[in-house]
Amino acid sequence: MAIFKLNVNGKSREVDVDPSTPLLWVLRDHLQLVGTKYGCGIAQCGACTVHLDGYAARSCQTPVSSVGKQAVTTIEGLSEEGDHPVQQAWLEHDVPQCGYCQAGQIMSAVALLKAIPNPSDEQIESIMSGNICRCGTYTRIKAAIKSAAEKSK
Amino acid sequence: MMLGFSWLAGCKPTAGMKASELPKEWFEINGFLKIAPDGQVTIMSPNPEIGQNVKTSMPMLVAEELDIDWKQVVVEQAPLNTSIFKRQLAGGSQSIRASWQSLRMAGATARQMLREAAAQAWQVPLSEVTAKQGVLQHVASGKKASYGEMASAAAKLEVPKEVQLKNSQDFTIIGTSKKNVDGPKIVTGKPLYGLDIYKEGMLIAMIVHPPAFGMKFKSMDATSAKQMPGIVDVFTFKTYEEGYSKSAFDNTAFNELVVVVGKSTWEVMNAKKAVRVEWEPISDSTEEMDLFGRKMTVRTPAGLESSETHQAKMAEMGSMPGKVVRRDGNPEEVFANAARILERNYSAPFLAHNTMEPMNFFANVTADKAELVGPIQTPEFLEKSAAARLGLPLEKVDIQMTRMGGGFGRRLYGHFLVEAAVISQRMKAPVKLVYTREDDMTFGTYRPSYYATYRAALDANNRLIGFHVRAGGVPESPLAANRFPAGAIDHYLAEEWTIESNITVGAFRAPRSNFIAAAEQSFLDELAEAMGKDPITLRLELLERAKKNPVGENNDYDAARYAGVLELVREKSGWDKGIVPQGRGVAAYFCHNSYVANVVDLEVKEGQPIVHKVYCAVDCGIVVNPDAAINLSEGGLVDGIGHALYSSLTFKDGVPQQRNFDQYRLIRHGEAPRSIEVHFVKNDTDPTGLGEPPFPPVFGAVANALYKATGKRYYHQPFFPAIG
Repeated sequence: MAIFKLNVNGKSREVDVDPSTPLLWVLRDHLQLVGTKYGCGIAQCGACTVHLDGYAARSCQTPVSSVGKQAVTTIEGLSEEGDHPVQQAWLEHDVPQCGYCQAGQIMSAVALLKAIPNPSDEQIESIMSGNICRCGTYTRIKAAIKSAAEKSK
Repeated sequence: MMLGFSWLAGCKPTAGMKASELPKEWFEINGFLKIAPDGQVTIMSPNPEIGQNVKTSMPMLVAEELDIDWKQVVVEQAPLNTSIFKRQLAGGSQSIRASWQSLRMAGATARQMLREAAAQAWQVPLSEVTAKQGVLQHVASGKKASYGEMASAAAKLEVPKEVQLKNSQDFTIIGTSKKNVDGPKIVTGKPLYGLDIYKEGMLIAMIVHPPAFGMKFKSMDATSAKQMPGIVDVFTFKTYEEGYSKSAFDNTAFNELVVVVGKSTWEVMNAKKAVRVEWEPISDSTEEMDLFGRKMTVRTPAGLESSETHQAKMAEMGSMPGKVVRRDGNPEEVFANAARILERNYSAPFLAHNTMEPMNFFANVTADKAELVGPIQTPEFLEKSAAARLGLPLEKVDIQMTRMGGGFGRRLYGHFLVEAAVISQRMKAPVKLVYTREDDMTFGTYRPSYYATYRAALDANNRLIGFHVRAGGVPESPLAANRFPAGAIDHYLAEEWTIESNITVGAFRAPRSNFIAAAEQSFLDELAEAMGKDPITLRLELLERAKKNPVGENNDYDAARYAGVLELVREKSGWDKGIVPQGRGVAAYFCHNSYVANVVDLEVKEGQPIVHKVYCAVDCGIVVNPDAAINLSEGGLVDGIGHALYSSLTFKDGVPQQRNFDQYRLIRHGEAPRSIEVHFVKNDTDPTGLGEPPFPPVFGAVANALYKATGKRYYHQPFFPAIG
């Protein structure tokens, strides 16, 4: 066990855990931030996507010891009032079915739009391919990303 | 009566993102709804929510008859209480169909009670009091009150036994698109799912189960695992006790399990790997099951099974006569005299449901009661299973339903709920049982593996004179002998067979239909080609025959509605307007009381299928929530395309060969259709389900489109490995 000081959603947090503990379980078990989901544990489904210094990362494959001073952003910290343009676009298109993967989808989409503000269909398909939606909301996710891009112009 | 809130707090459907203050005082009008003095209405959503959006659409039915502004509605997940709510189950696409009357009655009786309360308060005749959009009014005297003002008085009145329901042309909520009531919570990551439950003193439990079907627990050494940090206990237990008569939803392949209990998920995950377990082969066994009141003896054979053996056995069974399920005319003679016989074989592998949220459940079992919270499609059934196992009376077992991260049939079978309860009882502590993805994928309850042989007899003029289907699977047959094209052909034969297995199976989105539709619809496509007919025209001709002069009496479809969706998809896809640049395929199917036809446009580029467009025509009667119905149909189509092309679960010596998403292929963003158009047949028929019906036919439409794109027929799912 070791003490780690983390910057999560703009707040300083301290946890005492095994250094190998994935950030995912630190968030969920120790910091009560359950918006970040467990789906596969091997970085194949994207349900656990968070941002490290603004870049998308799979928290299930990020040992807490590797986080260091990087700013961790989870779905809970994406916006104060849940009004980030991507969250709003998700509501506008009523994207979710079961909803379980959607926090990860949103975090990947936000990172995508930061890197490519006006992505093509092919860029969306390729970059979002790491996030599985078992309910099959892919066409709506794409439409929501394009809406968010349009509004951010 | 004033009621408090459960931990599953209400959801405001249309509020902004800020959590709005909910009133503290509510008056319960009937079990389905309560009204606050300020006019807000809480409507209970009775059924489990697995992503089919019943948490929005079912309260819409209540709100419609209550006649209230949807903005005033707060939705709350109902408790399990089958004395008030009927059929609290997510399955068979039946939620809306089964509750179409009762939910509207709940709204209508409440509206009537509010009117009665106003009539008494104002001393005017009931017939002169109107109730509309949350406002009660007596026009002659000019008196007016909100529902909220009359709620207290209305709650004290008797619930009327008979009320008038609205005519469908007067609907103001049903038929309009309302957004998912949980949408704001989903996009902000609020705790909604079973896996999100964390409570004071809660322990995490994970199971270790046999690595292969056909194996069971023998012995273990947990010495080192028990010494690992954060580990509280390691022990074995039986989910169901010997002699217990299982219900249809008590299905479990591995009854005796090793469980590791600890303080945090990661610590338990690590300790799980350190438990040394010895397994041993099972023997042949039989057990008594109670299948919906019918006692049945179920046999489980010993042995370590492999997909290769399954394939060979299925092909062998398919080549021999099966059990005749339906015979019209004299098919044997017609086939003996046919000028030409078309015969094709089709197969599909086992599939894992792979809900994104793996199996889990929270349990807090004390000496005299059990609190069980989590994702379950069959709470009413599993309440009985848990009560029997825990030795508690039914009323001491409280099951609360969370939103589910997918169901697809997997969470009908709630062994994980019972497991969590047994572990909590033993630990004398609140426990959350969590399956890893690998546990989830290798634990069983799969979609069965299927095989079908189709034969058509043609005369010298290329006319269809006889039809023969022989279908089976491991361990069940997918055949629905009385469905189309039965009833459309004079000489028809349907046979089935099964192969027993120790690999457990269960309902998977549109059970049986999810395979047989693909086989049948691919065969009809090839048959149309052999007969020199357009594939839609052939189907419509057969349906015309079934409509005008049906063969036999037990035909399980309405030929006019079936033809209706084919005609609609033909029109919307521009089917008759000539050639599309890609491969184009059509298929239609009827199951779960709804009719669906799909047209798929795709091309194959460097070995990769690119699905450009899917047209979907649906007849599910009145559409309650149109945009949500489109979303659910889109999901069914994407799901079907994915499983048709990519997904497969195989076995070697009883061991599942795919354990996680690096080995088990699910459809991803780039493989989904570029666009989807969903069209509904407009009619006034009572609504039927939509969770399953769009799914089965799209498998066939994909196979038929692939043929047009590549010149090659695809008979064995998944199709992708044979492309290119």
